[in-house]
Amino acid sequence: MKSYRTDVLVIGGGAAGLAAASAAAEAGRETILIEREDSPGGVLEQCIHPGFGVHRYREELTGPEFAARLVEELDASGAEVLTGRSVLAIDPKTRAVETVGPEGVRTIRPKAVVFATGARERPFGALRIPGPRPVGIFTAGLAQKLVNLHNLLPGRRALILGSGDIGLIMARRLHLEGVEVVGVLELKPFPGGLMRNVVQCLDDYEIPLHLSHTVIAVHGTKRLTGVTAARVDETGRPITGTAREFAVDTLILSVGLIPEAELIGRFVGLDPINRGPCVDSRWRTRAPWLFAAGNSVAVFDLVDTVAAAGESAGRFAARFAENDIPEVRKIPISRGENVLHLVPTEIDPGVPTLIHLRVPRPMQRAQVRIGEGIVSRRLIGVRPAEMVEVEVPVEAAEELAKLADVKVEVVEE
Amino acid sequence: MRIGVIGAGVVGALIARELCRYGIEVHLFEREEDVSFGVSKANSGVIHGCFHEKPGTTRARFCVEGNAEYTALARELDFPFKRIGAHVIAFNSDDVAALERLKAQGEEIGCAGLEIIDREEILSREPRVNPDVRAALWSPTVGIVEPWDVAIAAVENACANGLVLHLGTEVTGIRVTGGRVTGIATDAGGFSLDAVVNAAGLYADRVARMAGVDRPVLHPRRGEYILLDKQAAGTANSVLFPAPTNNSKGILVLPTVDGNILLGPTADDLPALSPDAAATSSVGLAAVVSGAKRLVPGLDPRLTIKTFAGVRPEPAGGEFVVGPTVVRGFYQAAGMRSPGLTAAPAVARYLSREIAAEFGLEEKSAFDPQRKSPPRFSELDEAARAALIEEDSSYGRIVCRCNEVTEGEIVAAIRRGARTVDGVKFRTRAGFGRCQGGFCTARILTILSRELGVPPEEVTVRGKDDRIVVGRVRP
Repeated sequence: MKSYRTDVLVIGGGAAGLAAASAAAEAGRETILIEREDSPGGVLEQCIHPGFGVHRYREELTGPEFAARLVEELDASGAEVLTGRSVLAIDPKTRAVETVGPEGVRTIRPKAVVFATGARERPFGALRIPGPRPVGIFTAGLAQKLVNLHNLLPGRRALILGSGDIGLIMARRLHLEGVEVVGVLELKPFPGGLMRNVVQCLDDYEIPLHLSHTVIAVHGTKRLTGVTAARVDETGRPITGTAREFAVDTLILSVGLIPEAELIGRFVGLDPINRGPCVDSRWRTRAPWLFAAGNSVAVFDLVDTVAAAGESAGRFAARFAENDIPEVRKIPISRGENVLHLVPTEIDPGVPTLIHLRVPRPMQRAQVRIGEGIVSRRLIGVRPAEMVEVEVPVEAAEELAKLADVKVEVVEE
Repeated sequence: MRIGVIGAGVVGALIARELCRYGIEVHLFEREEDVSFGVSKANSGVIHGCFHEKPGTTRARFCVEGNAEYTALARELDFPFKRIGAHVIAFNSDDVAALERLKAQGEEIGCAGLEIIDREEILSREPRVNPDVRAALWSPTVGIVEPWDVAIAAVENACANGLVLHLGTEVTGIRVTGGRVTGIATDAGGFSLDAVVNAAGLYADRVARMAGVDRPVLHPRRGEYILLDKQAAGTANSVLFPAPTNNSKGILVLPTVDGNILLGPTADDLPALSPDAAATSSVGLAAVVSGAKRLVPGLDPRLTIKTFAGVRPEPAGGEFVVGPTVVRGFYQAAGMRSPGLTAAPAVARYLSREIAAEFGLEEKSAFDPQRKSPPRFSELDEAARAALIEEDSSYGRIVCRCNEVTEGEIVAAIRRGARTVDGVKFRTRAGFGRCQGGFCTARILTILSRELGVPPEEVTVRGKDDRIVVGRVRP
């Protein structure tokens, strides 16, 4: 079997992987990026709306434009790109990465790996919504791919379940293509996506947003003919007597993204809330040679953050491939009150750490506290859709190392 | 001599295949767009040990014979079959008494290897079973299949032996002249036939009435299921049954041949067959979770990737209706409720021999019982994968990432008869994994469109009117 050696192998050619491969190659390491589709870009290719790049490039780009910038950077970095090739398995003992593509089966033997496979959409089946199984129920990402990349229209009259960003973006997209979008339902009492998307995708087109609502049944034997929705109580349970019917032929789901990390979950373990691998300040997993970044670790809010994470992971992977990362005692951090997603879950005291977290509900004024206030930051108008970032300098990490248990908490004021 | 079989589920498919042994013209009529799109598509896939069946019944007889035939059948037709055994779990003294009754009953009808094991033994075999377990009945002959695999394989093999397959063709009448069958009418025209076999599943009662036969009397029974992701592997290593109740074997927890975990079914008697009979309900799905959790308390319903309901034909009196009728040339394999899947090979053998005896048919030497399954990339070793890609590079393109299904497999499935997204899905498992087609549906749509030579907006999920997209965004 043909096999290759390289310093750094990056798995996945989306925002995180592209940035990781550029960074690793720029650091002087021999780098291969492997991407299963025929061209890199990942999900950015179907995100034809603007709103990307404000942090990274100081200008507003569309998804394909953002991807094109990353690809330019990659080309300049000298990293090698293998497209149309999928990873089938990673052997945690030998680090052999088994891949397949139209040219055959190949094993790649890297010194370090950056895992950047992104996320998948939570499917309809996972919601356990009762009813028959008609055609016309799509995840938002699939609908987006059909419309934007295949020129195919999923339906004529649509209801959207879930106000995550892709759901909001698709409400506008379908509306602009002549689909009647009758509304967006959100289980929570607040929208799931960014506020700017609520305004620009729903309010601007007078698409109603029904908060504290969910779908309790779907109807139709062949094609979807309607959906029954209801108001829910604080625990998310439907309230009897509040059911209402929507006559639609299409139901679009934006009900959550799940890191696509099962390939490594077997040997590095997955965080139960992030659902991706546990990583440290250098994006290193519990396997010292395996780094992970972007939405395969936890679902982030902005692609700019994902690219920055990839860049950081790629740089550290390059250093590991050079035997330049000292083994240190890491500081595990755990979730205190009001913390859902938390990345990283271990602080490496040798480097500054950027902590990313999500809160479970909107708060007017709050304070993030790490390690009983060794690090703290005031927050104003924090919302679950937006990730909170807190920097932990090296000096603070040394203080945290003295504590028995380091908790991250968000205290409402 | 021309025979028509109505219904291309597991039962009809196996009957059609058996009839092909006799060098006669065999036609198989199916109203759906593909084989096994009815009852066979949504059931537990368990090849039963038969200890649930009362001695002296047709169910017991065909179940024991059918179970024994599966090993050879799976080898001939090359479909996945695993004899993983089953445990019936007892939680109290009533349950333990029920195990004793099942064991005695099973032994009387010829079910081999039954054994009652103690708490410690069952917990060592199935560590995730409820620790309140008192004892379990072990049945080593129980197996698992995907029912559609059996039907598809049988039809492919029958076609290689001369079967004429009529998909998307609904039988609308049966011509009876002078007390014997002379043909059928369908929505695609009439056919002159010397004999007809009614294996029409949920519609077998209607088909019987078309011939003037008053049995079977059927009512639909719905069973709801929950399918868990492969991450739930190890939840059960064998088929786990609760101690049985009056009308059903209860809610099971079992691994599927592909490594998922299946929970269910419920058993709800419906007054009549309606288009939405196969709908799940909040009550039913909750019952599945609670029933399954009684057996395995730690199972994680958050790993659900799909919920579905199947509808089974429940015959009045509970017995299969198998054999000749008052109308000469009109035979039935109807009312095939559980354990119909298990019994199917034995019913097919029995019925084809009855027909052969009646019409003086002889087996032809040219019949080839072997069918080869198309390659399944995810199950091959590295050398076999390399060889396959060398021969056809499309086997190097993964389309379904969750189940590692390649473009080559999808194209092969279409060339073997899949015409719909579900047809591809059931043949290859593409779209059957944890993302439920989120990533691969667009690719499969494109491949189907290309291979069938139709625009993508004509591609359907299950056939006829259920097109996946409604048109182009722009001309």
